[in-house]
Amino acid sequence: MMFHKFANPTRFLRLSTTLTPWFAALTVTMLAAGLYLGLFNAPPDYQQGESVRIMYVHVPAAWMAMFAYSMMAAMSAAALIWKHPVATLVAKSSAPIGACFTFLALVTGSLWGKPMWGTWWVWDARLTSVLVLFFLYLGYIALHNAFDDARRGGQAASILAIVGFVNVPIIKFSVDWWNTLHQPASVVRMDGPTIDSSMLAPLLLMAGAYTFYFFWVLMVRVRSELIAQKVRVLQMKQAQQDMT
Amino acid sequence: MAWDKFFDMGGYAAYVWPAFSLSAIVLIVMLVVSLRYLKAQTQTLEKLESSSSD
Repeated sequence: MMFHKFANPTRFLRLSTTLTPWFAALTVTMLAAGLYLGLFNAPPDYQQGESVRIMYVHVPAAWMAMFAYSMMAAMSAAALIWKHPVATLVAKSSAPIGACFTFLALVTGSLWGKPMWGTWWVWDARLTSVLVLFFLYLGYIALHNAFDDARRGGQAASILAIVGFVNVPIIKFSVDWWNTLHQPASVVRMDGPTIDSSMLAPLLLMAGAYTFYFFWVLMVRVRSELIAQKVRVLQMKQAQQDMT
Repeated sequence: MAWDKFFDMGGYAAYVWPAFSLSAIVLIVMLVVSLRYLKAQTQTLEKLESSSSD
């Protein structure tokens, strides 16, 4: 039993040590290419002018906000059902990164909305559901720290993550289900992307960069949590030795 | 002159550049905080392991 419990984190540590430099390199390369194409090569929009370039930081942040949440919910479910030790840490480590992406999606969207819609904010379905996503992240992080017993905090947070997952499809389809100022999907849709390749290429490169950034920081954070666990075990052992 | 035009962003400079720079700041801070936490935990573990071995 003990061996089974320790085997997975060890394997994970080895895997993450190999992958982390690749994630870092891919993040930097795709970011450089995406920024170059997005800022210099892509044309201005015929309606939105140069303001359309905000898309290259807004859309990837919004995609990753939902991706990180889905990851957090799936890993929370795995943690509750199978008590997998790494799943718990992956879920916990995705939360602050996802919260950053959600914050960026909201703020860059606001900066795009002001010149295009004439307002920083509207309480419509898309914007409100993303704001709810942000609060779900904050609630998850708060629950983790609200209990003296870390395991109970983790369980409460996991349940919130799973219940809150219902919000993810609501965000995705909000632009189709309700009337909203926000434009509908133009990349991830049944009949294929509707934007020109000169804009699609930098968008996908930026999305790739954000994805690898997520996994890069995720690896760093999960590794920190695994080491922190070892530190706690050693500190307990030393405290016990000091007592005797 | 070409650079002035670039930085002006067709009159949308006040929206485009804050969006890009804030994204950069948030993502860099997140990365640096995470790397520093990893370094701190690694150092604590090394200290504990060396003190428990003697």
